Amino acid sequence: MMRNTDAPKILLAHGDGGLLSDELIRKTILPHLAKEMPSELNDAARLELSSKSICFTTDSYVVKPLFFNGGDIGKLAVCGTVNDLAVSGARPLALSLSFIIETGLEIELFEKILESIKKTAEENEISIVTGDTKTVEAGSADKIFINTAGIGIRMDEADLGFSKIRAGDKVLLSGTIGDHGMTIISQREGIKFETEMNSDCAGIAKLTCKLLESIKGIKFMRDPTRGGLAATLNEISKQTGLSIEIDQNLIPINPTVQAAADVLGLDVLGVANEGKFVAIVSAESADDCVKICRQHPLGKVASIIGTILETQDVPAVEMITKIGGRRIVQMPYGLELPRIC
Amino acid sequence: MLDRIYKAQNLISEACKKQGRAINIMEVCGTHTVAIFRSGIRATLPEGLNLLSGPGCPVCVTDQSYIDTVLELADKSDVLIATYGDMIRVPGHGGSLETRQPANNVKVVFSSQDAIQIAKDNSDKTVIFLAVGFETTAPATGVIVMQAAREKIENFCILSGHKLVVPAMRALLSGKNDKIDAFLCPGHVSVIIGYGAYEEIVRDFKRPCVVAGFEPIQIIEGLAEICHQLVEGAAETKSIYKAAVTEKGNLKAQQIISECFEAADGYWRGLGKIDKSTLKLKDKYSRFDAYQRYNITETPHAELEGCRCGEVLCGLIRPPECSLFGKKCTPQSPVGPCMVSSEGTCAAYYKYGTRRKKS
Amino acid sequence: MCLAIPARIIELTGDNAVVDAMGNHFKAKTTLLKDVKLGDLVLVHAGFAITIVDEEEARETWELIAEINDYNKTPNKISG
Repeated sequence: MMRNTDAPKILLAHGDGGLLSDELIRKTILPHLAKEMPSELNDAARLELSSKSICFTTDSYVVKPLFFNGGDIGKLAVCGTVNDLAVSGARPLALSLSFIIETGLEIELFEKILESIKKTAEENEISIVTGDTKTVEAGSADKIFINTAGIGIRMDEADLGFSKIRAGDKVLLSGTIGDHGMTIISQREGIKFETEMNSDCAGIAKLTCKLLESIKGIKFMRDPTRGGLAATLNEISKQTGLSIEIDQNLIPINPTVQAAADVLGLDVLGVANEGKFVAIVSAESADDCVKICRQHPLGKVASIIGTILETQDVPAVEMITKIGGRRIVQMPYGLELPRIC
Repeated sequence: MLDRIYKAQNLISEACKKQGRAINIMEVCGTHTVAIFRSGIRATLPEGLNLLSGPGCPVCVTDQSYIDTVLELADKSDVLIATYGDMIRVPGHGGSLETRQPANNVKVVFSSQDAIQIAKDNSDKTVIFLAVGFETTAPATGVIVMQAAREKIENFCILSGHKLVVPAMRALLSGKNDKIDAFLCPGHVSVIIGYGAYEEIVRDFKRPCVVAGFEPIQIIEGLAEICHQLVEGAAETKSIYKAAVTEKGNLKAQQIISECFEAADGYWRGLGKIDKSTLKLKDKYSRFDAYQRYNITETPHAELEGCRCGEVLCGLIRPPECSLFGKKCTPQSPVGPCMVSSEGTCAAYYKYGTRRKKS
Repeated sequence: MCLAIPARIIELTGDNAVVDAMGNHFKAKTTLLKDVKLGDLVLVHAGFAITIVDEEEARETWELIAEINDYNKTPNKISG
């Protein structure tokens, strides 16, 4: 985005708790986020919880660029929090929102992010109940960083954990992989290219809650963000000591995403997703899980992609390839750099 | 597609049985190495077929002295290094381009075009483009050298690490590893040089040379064609990558290479000195040659103790046979180039081929 | 050893092209090709088109072109 030198900008003073801070909160932040102006602005939100069994998560968002096909840092922050709660078996309830803003950020840009946060929170039925804003000198942060903490009420039906997983269980994947990570990479300096790809950034709680309500036999869930499907499956394998076999023919991938990965020499299995989940489910419940997912807009191409197996020697994740061959799927190492060779 | 795969696999099986001994086929292309691993082809091949990975990874065969030169040049305050992503993690003395501080004068580019644009945009700095790769990539370097000459872009030069595939194949058969029965030839190098370029290997060494693309079906059908030739006792150069490769290759690209470069003797990590195997800028373009501009001579380095990359590159051993593999030498802490490069044989084995052994 | 995928030329001015690879648009130079025109299928490597691709043969070679991934038409058969 071209910086308009005349547009109003965030100043250092907006973060120091004085008049400008107050103005930023009352005139910019709250109007964009709150359904109604709260009568009091207290130091902490008071929540009345219907259960003692809560899930609590935190995350920070530093994505670049701030706006991308299919989302922005604000949407990502809300969805990321919602999804962490969702895969823990919770119904999202509330989240906190902390901003660290670089001096010089245009207020208009900040407002766009706030709008997106509000819209996403409403869609995902999660309330923003508390927050904080700090400003730092130019150069000390990259435009804006967002930190969230989220609370959800754990569903009674949720009995999830690595220890529940058994050999014979099935691996359920809720949709296509690689969309978010490849979209972000397409915007990266040095390899920027136009694309029809979109980030899959979305809150999956309504789908996971529906699943948990309807099906017994869901043992474990995780959202395959950084490190992609490969990282998630390797974590499961490592923590359980079991092996996993997946079938490449059953993994849904958008051809545009695959082509972009092919051009850059990247392996889609290790690319981040922001609107998907992996679930380990009992074999008997697998078909029903897929049916339920496919009735939901975020699970239209959900598939069973593999099986948990007893380990022969060392736990490993192995993939049957499109041509009937086999290869190991390792934990991805760091950020893969696009190659030419 | 699947029935073509089964047909090719059957042919390969039959051929292995008929040969009565193991068949050794070498691929000399890092992209083939990765493609073979990612598609899991090895698991579908019969026992009697050994698929060897050769010196086809341009990063792996670049001597450490090259990266040491780059690191020294990168320290100059008026220099910007423009490089393909492949070179970023290669370790030299005191780190890699990725780890050295400050890192702000290293730009990863996707195209040589970007490198010359960086020179145009930064007239107060000298841009040094790390020109690595085989014949597929050399024309892209040639184009920007010619452009620099035409447009008088003087704050630009290249550090040529370009290498030629056929001399390496000759060197392998002439001494390093004469157990190679045939070559699966690189698809995209062949787009440039043409499949006729392998005639001399057939003529002088009687080994089949078959060019294949990188899709699994291409690789399997390429192997089947080789097996067919071996069983018939024939040796020909052939291409099954009909979509892209012709006998003569891309003549315009070849002209650009010969306009800018001449073949020079060069040192290949693991293979030693190979005559006329690297590309050096011709005298008329010497002002764009970083070696000339900065008066650099490189002395090949000895390998680190225990490192057997040389033998891996010649197809003499497989990575797990090296005692450092997976223990002291991993992608996270690589000892030798075969593990550093994402196309290196050891890295590919580690990522796609092996289960971790209980230590 | 070289990553290159087939892409179609959708814009061409001089030797500056924009190519489409299954919905991704990249810049590519056609400096290395003699007669190339809008609509041609080319192989692009490191920002340069290195050859024009024979369409018939391409269908035989590249899965992406030959077998359209129908993930969004008919989801995989429910297995279990």
